[in-house]
This record gives sequence, structure tokens and C-alpha cells, in this order.
Amino acid sequence: MFVLLALHAVAAAIALTGSRRRPVLGAIAGLVVLGATAATTVALGVGADEPRVETWAWVDELGLMMSLRLDGFAVMMTLLVSVLGVAVLAYSIAYFDHDETYRRFVGLFIAFAGAMTGLVLSADLFTMFVFWELTSVCSFLLIGLNDKSASARASALRALLITAAGGLCLLGGVGLLQVVAGTSSFAELAAAPPSGTAVTVALVLVLVGAFTKSAQFPFHFWLPGAMAAPTPVSAYLHSATMVKAGIVLMARMAPIFGDVEVWRWLVVLCGGTTMLIGGARAMRQTDGKLLLAHSTVSQLGFLTMLVGLGVPGATYAGVAHLLAHAVFKAGLFLGVGVVDHATGSRDIRELRGVGRQMPVVAALFALAAASMAGLIPLFGFATKEKGLVALLHADDEVGAVAVVALAFVVVGAVLSAAYSVRLVVGMFGDKAGEHPTHVHHRPGALLLGPVAACSVASLAAGLAAGVVGGWLLAPASSLDPVASGKLALWPGVNTALVLSIAVLVIGAVIGWKAPLEPGGWRVPLSGERAYQFLLDGLLDGSRRITAISQSGSLLVYLAVVCGVVALAMLTGIVSDPGAGLTDLVLADSISQAVVVVLAIGCAVAVVLTRYRFMSALLLGGVGFGCAVIFALYGAPDLALTQVLVETLTILVFLLALRQMPRRFEPAPSWAPRALRVGIATAVGVSAAVFMVMVSASRTAPSSGEVYAQLSEPEAGGRNIVNVILVDFRGWDTMGEITVLAVAALGVVNLVRMAHRVSRRSAVDEGAS
Amino acid sequence: MIGRRTTILDEADRWLFPVILLVSVYVTFRGHNAPGGGFAGGMIAGCAFVLRFLAHGATMVSRTLRIAPTTLIGAGMLLAIGTAAAPLVLGDSLIESHIWKFDLPAIGTVKLVSSSIFDLGVYVLVIGVVVAVLMALGSDEAAELGDDARPEVTP
Repeated sequence: MFVLLALHAVAAAIALTGSRRRPVLGAIAGLVVLGATAATTVALGVGADEPRVETWAWVDELGLMMSLRLDGFAVMMTLLVSVLGVAVLAYSIAYFDHDETYRRFVGLFIAFAGAMTGLVLSADLFTMFVFWELTSVCSFLLIGLNDKSASARASALRALLITAAGGLCLLGGVGLLQVVAGTSSFAELAAAPPSGTAVTVALVLVLVGAFTKSAQFPFHFWLPGAMAAPTPVSAYLHSATMVKAGIVLMARMAPIFGDVEVWRWLVVLCGGTTMLIGGARAMRQTDGKLLLAHSTVSQLGFLTMLVGLGVPGATYAGVAHLLAHAVFKAGLFLGVGVVDHATGSRDIRELRGVGRQMPVVAALFALAAASMAGLIPLFGFATKEKGLVALLHADDEVGAVAVVALAFVVVGAVLSAAYSVRLVVGMFGDKAGEHPTHVHHRPGALLLGPVAACSVASLAAGLAAGVVGGWLLAPASSLDPVASGKLALWPGVNTALVLSIAVLVIGAVIGWKAPLEPGGWRVPLSGERAYQFLLDGLLDGSRRITAISQSGSLLVYLAVVCGVVALAMLTGIVSDPGAGLTDLVLADSISQAVVVVLAIGCAVAVVLTRYRFMSALLLGGVGFGCAVIFALYGAPDLALTQVLVETLTILVFLLALRQMPRRFEPAPSWAPRALRVGIATAVGVSAAVFMVMVSASRTAPSSGEVYAQLSEPEAGGRNIVNVILVDFRGWDTMGEITVLAVAALGVVNLVRMAHRVSRRSAVDEGAS
Repeated sequence: MIGRRTTILDEADRWLFPVILLVSVYVTFRGHNAPGGGFAGGMIAGCAFVLRFLAHGATMVSRTLRIAPTTLIGAGMLLAIGTAAAPLVLGDSLIESHIWKFDLPAIGTVKLVSSSIFDLGVYVLVIGVVVAVLMALGSDEAAELGDDARPEVTP
């Protein structure tokens, strides 16, 4: 299985770096890999007695493993990801112009399919998290595929911020679970479910992660925004696969932790609210694709409730409906794409009489929509029916929660029927008035094929509901050993059927009667406004903090840095006053004394001079004095380096000084002479005293002795200083040269930027 | 270019430039057993470029160096990181030194220590840093900028 994931990565790399002129080759490589994934999954997973498990040690010290497990649910999800991937990728060949953008699409698409496959195969929370984040990144890049559109970029950023914030919550939750339970493997957690307050907190965090990914209230708003992506992306990522990641996570966790009260209520309340909001908003859309996006939000709410309850029957229904939804929704999205491609519009107010001109597309689209509405004999009917039955019976096990969930589902289902009708009528219906919409060209086989496959599959699976229901036993029971159920084309007359029929009739009437022009009422709950408020606040706040902390005045920076350093050293001095000051030697020799006096003279002159140029030179004098002292003490390496550094520093100073006034400017009024002298004296005196104290208060033996002994045999060098630099403490040198490199790049770019600014202002002046 | 061209600087640059570079390489490799090393060597080489800059200006420096100084910085960094990380691949700890000894005819035994390559990286990087700063601050563009930025001073 790891091999398959690696193959995805390779194919993505090939597509991303491959020939610019023939992006189709990348797509073909992707088709082969996805096909191979599907074939391998069937060969290894279907009918296997024991699920195949593969692990790979990641961080041994922490016991972190990458572990994959091909159980029934993973088989179903992997097949979903790879088979739909093949369909969408084939469709994309005909949908896109074969340009640079398409090349990127293909590479990212394959990478995403790999990440998603890894996610559904994960047998461990940390493994899942890694793939989870990968899908977020791929999704971000795919939504922003059209990088020249500002709104696409904004949507991509929003999707990334929301899902990544959720990802962080998930990481927190997973970490907490790991600490409490000592394991992050689903199987081990199921064997011994931990409990307690920490677990409840962890579960809430995990749920927040799942809700962000699966666009649940209050994070639902990023999904419609993600429709900025090209239609094949929307069809695949934002309806059939990625948004199911949260559902997958909940499906894995719910049978283990469903008994936790908070979990169950959160799932039902958020899922239910989402189902209603999504449905209500879908009724207000005029763009066919956006309508589908909101319907996806609504359906995801339904799925969240079903799989999140952790009740065996509902889990089975959830798995079934997950499959049904992926199939019909991919078909619908691709169908909208076909219409868009053929007419150049997706607006249900503008499209007229398209059904007459493209009857095949209309029929296929209607089939998929009927499955979404839950019309007999389509697959969507069987699965929704199963969901109703499961919720009707679940109140024995979980009580009031199930009743609340049922109420949500019934109202939500009315809305789904309504928006399904609205969608089909809007896209394909004859409308009174002007000419029918012009159809530029009929869709080719590559565009139509995937739509047909999805629609026909919805119908076939509905007709053969019993058989398909049997196949779904393995996926459901791998989530929850006691989960079982069956699907039926005709379940017989019972409460659920009566409910279904009532729902369909009411929904159809609403959908038929509702005007295509959206009404005046709005859905008052808006996570979007909260998001915008938070984001603006964050940006504004950081701008203010920056304005305070980064005043741009060198004098302020200098005062703060020197003041803090002086304060720190003074506390050290006060803690042990007078240490080391007792046996001070004034000078070892005449030459030392002479050099020191010269250096001090230079230092005093630096303070007194009024010219920048002079002060730079005098500062250099102090530095050379130090170099001589080093040499006198027998540290030739240090002296050599000091001399060179001083030489170059003075030169750089002089170059920089060319651009500054010759004299120092008067200090600003907030920094009177007394303050400046005070800070300067404090830092100078404290530094001097501190140095003396530190050198006198050594307690541990010098490490120099050890280095001296090891230098020749260990590192093959006789110059200890150099050996320390390049070997014993080579890591420090590494850091230092990095600082050096970054500083140099900073200088280069600052100068370049300043020049650009001055040139631009010169141009502006010339123009005005 | 700063100031007028002078024959003394011209001649000094012509004769000293290669000598200083040679010395810098010598100092770098000598560093293992005697005072010196990549950092000092790099700065000595940097001084050679400063001399050329003073004699002929920034254009001549970039013509001498041929590649961008930032490329040198990157190359030095790569060399150092490479040497530091190579032992990891071979199963040793980070920055583990390796000593090779060869017997060459006529020259005698040559000892090569892997940390010399690390030092060479430092050498290259430091040259890059010095030249990069030199070109940034010393270019004619920067000088013009100074003219613009300088406040009007009435004599």
C-alpha cells in the first residue's frame, strides 16, 4: 500500500515537472496509477479474511508509526477515491484547454488522490493527520488553480485557514488522546476506550477538526467559496472525496466514543443545523454549481449525523449514503460542467430549453438528481430510507438525541427534494419567454461518459439495492463489529416509507413553486461574518502591535537593547557584589598598558567627535587595540580575525556613510542628554564589571584542556581554535555562517528596495 | 567608483590582487594546524576584492568574480551543510571528521581532513558575504541614493 502511495507521488511529480506541451501524458500516468490502485485494492481487500496491515516506523523514540490498514471501510473508500478519480481525470482531459494550468491541475490532482487514499487507509490517528494536512494543502492549491483571479485566491486562502485551523485542533485532540490512552491506533483505542474529562476535551477538538474539513456548521461557509475551483476539482474534492475526510474520521471514532454525551449532541446539533442551513441556502442559489455546493453542505450534515451517532444501524446507513452521495453528486457536478462547457452559463435564470437540445444529458442529470432527492428506485432512495429507519429505531438506544436527529433529517430531506427539483427544472426546463439558450457544441464522449457512469450507477445500485447492501456489510462491520443491515428496493409499507413519501411530495411542491429568482429572506446565522471579523481583527491587531514595537527609530531600538542588557547584567552584579574585583592586575607589561591607553583614548574621542566619519575611524582604532591585546596574550587566531573584521567593518562603514550627513543630527527631544548618557554609562560600566566578575568566578574546569588533548587524535588538527570551530563546535559555526549569509542577503535586498522606492518616487515626480 | 583613478592603486591592485587571493587560500588550509582558517581566509580574499573595488569600482569587481556574490553565499552554505550532513548518510553522527591519508610520489604523505571541506565552505561563504555587502553599499546606484536621501544643507 505504501508502494501505491509512492506511485501517486511519482506520477504527480512527473505531471508537475513533465513536458509543458503535452500535459495529457501526465493525466495518462495518473489514470494508470489510479487504475492500479483500484485493481490492487480489489485484489488485496475484497474477500480477504484478515485486513492487510502495513506499518513503517516513523519516529521510534516516540513510538510513532505510519500504519495503513485495508479493512472493509478502507476498501470501499479507496475504491471510491480511485474510481471516481479515474472518471474525473478522464473528464478533465476534455474539459480543460491543454495549457500550463492543466499541467498543474493534473499534478495536484494526482497528489491529492494519493493523499486521500492514504487518509482513508490510515489505521492510526497520527497517520491520518499527516494525510489530512496533505489534502488541505492540495485543496488550497487546487481552489486557487486560477492564480490570476483575486476571488479564487481569497477563497483558497479561506479554505486553507479554516481547514488548517481545524487541523491544528485535530492535532491537539489526537495528542491529548495519545497522552491519556497511550495509543493512537484505532484498533487499540476501540479495544480499551479511555474516558475522563481530558478525553472529552480531546473529542471536542477532534470534532472541530472533522467539522472544518467536512464543512459543518459553523465552519460550513468555506465550501461554497471553494467552488472558485474548476468544475472537475469541485466534483472530486469538494463533493465526493475530500469533504468526506471528516466523515471518515467521525465514522472511525463514533463507534468507540459515541457513548460520550458531548460527542453525540455536538454531532447531531451541528450536523442537523448544517443540513438545514445548506438546504435553505441551496434554495436561494441561481448558479447551478453553487446550488450543488450548498446541497453538498446539507448532505454532509446528514452524513455527520448518521455516522457520528455511533449506533450500529445508523453507521450502516451512513456508510451506504456516503457511497450514494459520492456517486450522484460527482455525476451532478460533472453534468453542470457539461452544460457550462456547452452553453457558457450555469445560471438557472438564463438557461432555457437546454433539455430539448441535450436530451441525453438532461435525462442522466435528472437520474442523478432523483437519487439526491431520494426517489424510488434510485440508490439515494434506498440509503435515505435506511437512514430514516435507523433513526426511528435508534431512540431505544440513545434516547432524545435520535428524535432530534430524526426531526432534522425530515425537514432537511424536504429541502433536498425541493432543491433537486429546482435544480433540474432550472438547468434543463423550458421557460416562458425568449429564445432557448444557444448550445455551442455537443459534449464529447469523454465529457459525457463519466456523467453517464455516475447516473447509471445510481440507478443500477438502486435497482439492485439488496446486492449492493450486502457488499456494504463488510465496510460497516469493519467500523463497528455489530453494525449490520440491508438495503431494499421496496422496503414495504412502514413509518419510514410514509415519511419518505410525504417528504417527497412536500419537497417537490416547494421546489416546483419556488421562484427561480431568490426571495428576500436571508439565513441569519453566518459563520462567514464571524470569520471575516476575526480575520480583520487579527490583521488589524498585529498591525497595531507592530506599530508600537517597531517604531522605526534606531535610537529607540538602541536604547531598548542597551537598557535591557544593562539591567540584566546589573542584576547579576547586585546578586554577588564585589566578586572577582579583589585581585585585579592593572597590566602585565608596558606594551599592554600603552595599547590600552591608546584604545581608551580612541573610545573617549568617539564620544566627543561630531563627525560620523571620525567616529567610525576611531571605533576601528578601539578594535585594533583589542586585536593587539589578543596578540600579546598569545591568541594569534583571535588577533588575526579581529584585525580582518575591523578592516572590513571600517570599509563598510565608510561606504554606508557616503549616504548620510557628515555630522550627527541633534537627538530628538524625548531623549535628553542625561538619558542618553545614563543608558550608555550603565551598559558600559555593567559590561566591564560583569566581564571581570565572570572570568573570576569559574568553578568547573576549563573545557579547553579536553579539547587540547582531543584535537590531534580526534580531528587531525593541531590548531585547537580551528578544530573547535570546524569540528567540536562545528554546529555553532554552522549557525554563525547562516546568520552571516542572512545578514548579507538582508543588506543586499534593503539597498535594492530603497533604490527601487527612490526611483519610483523620481518617476512619479517626473510624471506629475 | 569612489574618487579618481590613481596609478598607485591601479598598480597595487594589479600585483597584489592575485597574491592576496593566494595567501587567503594558504591561510584557509593552514588553519588546521596553525593560525588561520576559512573565516580569516575568506576575509583576506574579501580584502582583495575591496582593493579592486577601490581601484576600479563595483563593475570591475563583478567582472572579476563573474558569478553573483549571492551564488557564492549559497554555494558556501551548501558545501558546509553537505560536509556536516555527509556523515549522517554514512551512519556517523553529525559533523564527524574523517581523516584520509595518501602517499603521493615526490610530495610525500598528504593528509586530508573532511573538516577542511567544511572550512572551505566557510571560506567561500565569507567571500560571498563581503562582496555582496560591498556591491550593495558601494554600487553607484547606492551612492546616487545617498544624494537623494541627503537632506539639503545650506552652507
